[in-house]
Amino acid sequence: MEHDIFGAIDEKTVLDANQVVINMGPQHPSTHGVLRVKLTLDGERVIDTDCIIGYLHRGTEKIVENRPYAAGVPYFDRTDYVAAVSNNLGYVECVEKMLGVEVPPRVQYIRTMMTEFQRIASHLLWLGTHALDIGAMTVFLYAFREREEILKLFEALFGARLTIHAFRIGGLWQDLPVGFLDACRRFSDTIGEHINEYEGLLTNNRIWLERTRDIGVISAQDAIDLGLTGPVLRGSGVNYDVRKARPYSAYADFDFDIPLGVHGDTYDRYLVRIEEMRQSNRIIQQCITRMPTGPIRAKAPRVIKPPVGEYYHSVEGPKGELGYYIVSEGKTSPYRVRIRPPTFINLQALKKLVKGHLVADVVAIIGTLDIVLGEIDR
Amino acid sequence: MELGVTLRKLKEKFGDWLFDVGQAFGDDFFVAHKDKVVEISRFLRDDPDLRYNFLIDITAVDYPQRRPRFEVVYHFFSLPFKQRVRMKVPVEENHAEVPTLISLWEGANWFEREVWDMFGIRFSGHPDLRRILLYESFEGHPLRKDYPVNKRQPLVGPKIS
Repeated sequence: MEHDIFGAIDEKTVLDANQVVINMGPQHPSTHGVLRVKLTLDGERVIDTDCIIGYLHRGTEKIVENRPYAAGVPYFDRTDYVAAVSNNLGYVECVEKMLGVEVPPRVQYIRTMMTEFQRIASHLLWLGTHALDIGAMTVFLYAFREREEILKLFEALFGARLTIHAFRIGGLWQDLPVGFLDACRRFSDTIGEHINEYEGLLTNNRIWLERTRDIGVISAQDAIDLGLTGPVLRGSGVNYDVRKARPYSAYADFDFDIPLGVHGDTYDRYLVRIEEMRQSNRIIQQCITRMPTGPIRAKAPRVIKPPVGEYYHSVEGPKGELGYYIVSEGKTSPYRVRIRPPTFINLQALKKLVKGHLVADVVAIIGTLDIVLGEIDR
Repeated sequence: MELGVTLRKLKEKFGDWLFDVGQAFGDDFFVAHKDKVVEISRFLRDDPDLRYNFLIDITAVDYPQRRPRFEVVYHFFSLPFKQRVRMKVPVEENHAEVPTLISLWEGANWFEREVWDMFGIRFSGHPDLRRILLYESFEGHPLRKDYPVNKRQPLVGPKIS
């Protein structure tokens, strides 16, 4: 039998008057990219869902396996393309660990600070689009105003705004430009106010509460069974954050808290992410005041040839645990690179979360999972 | 070499089914027989001293020169003890099949579908083993080492009748 690659709706289902199958996406603004969800509906209620993904599959893992180690970094800008800095950090640190290279403290601090800026930027993009999906237009405009400031900082330090090739194996390509820390401080002094602004618009907003409370509830045990990570897991009250559980870069030096939710619904996940932005800002402030001086490059070999072996390294990306599993055969390019994409696994929870909800809530739940299709499809 | 509590307990219980145990870059790893995948994973998850209750990742590596050819790689994490362990399961090419872990972790579903998609390793007992990132009429499994990196497949689109 010839396979129907588009999984078209067969006649029998269409003729069943009680159940309707409709497609949401791939070209649908609230699916945040090219996600296609096949919804089986009974009236307005969702009975079943099937995610059809892969529209953006570029074979990143295969490409990187055929490139030298250093040339692999820019490809990871393009997996989770709204959090390129975090992706770079995970890969670069993994290769450094394999090589046994210890990067200087200044590099670690700059990396930590920029990763936290990226976390805020990613959360702002999530907040803006999530609110827009639910119908709150204003937050989107405010959130993008602040995100723009972060992108300007990225441009000053890395030379680009989105796909930025932030870090090099063994260090950074340039030191902080003149006046950069002052610009960071200016941002960091005002972002707290702005977060209060967003909260003023949403947190006690009657419509927001109606649309997010008790929507997409997942218990702590289910979240663990599904392998969820990041704010989606912490919204259910499970205290797991790679920054605390297995500190990397300079995270062990800083004071910050891990916000946890209670009910595991869309509203709690919203609160967790809002609080995470404040905590990220705390880390940034500590970075600015304690920024060490010193070299910005370690003594890394010119030709990168890690010893034979395998290594798994994970960082806490804005969306969850972002892991890199690299197998080296002692050559100049990796034998196998595996990305553990947090949103790929988080999206799997969609089926469970939307069951029994209305179609309008599917939009809210896709928003709360904070997916990026570039990372899901790789 | 001093073995951690995880590997010691595993050796005690499943000694005959382990091909190798050790440490690499700070993480414990062991190589296990594929028939015992589910038992070992359940033991790791439920033993009160280990509690590896979080399935981080399932992937595979292709070694065309080796026999058996494939290695399915599992990463587990213990939320209570903040420990990570890696389980590697060798799989031969002509009988590329491993038992599924869905009965223990629901999240294994898409991981296993991706390994099937990219490497052509089947998971016995999986309820919905379809391709996930590629489409059904795609030929071959692209992350195998013998799949050419620049190979093109015909464009597919909706059938116009």
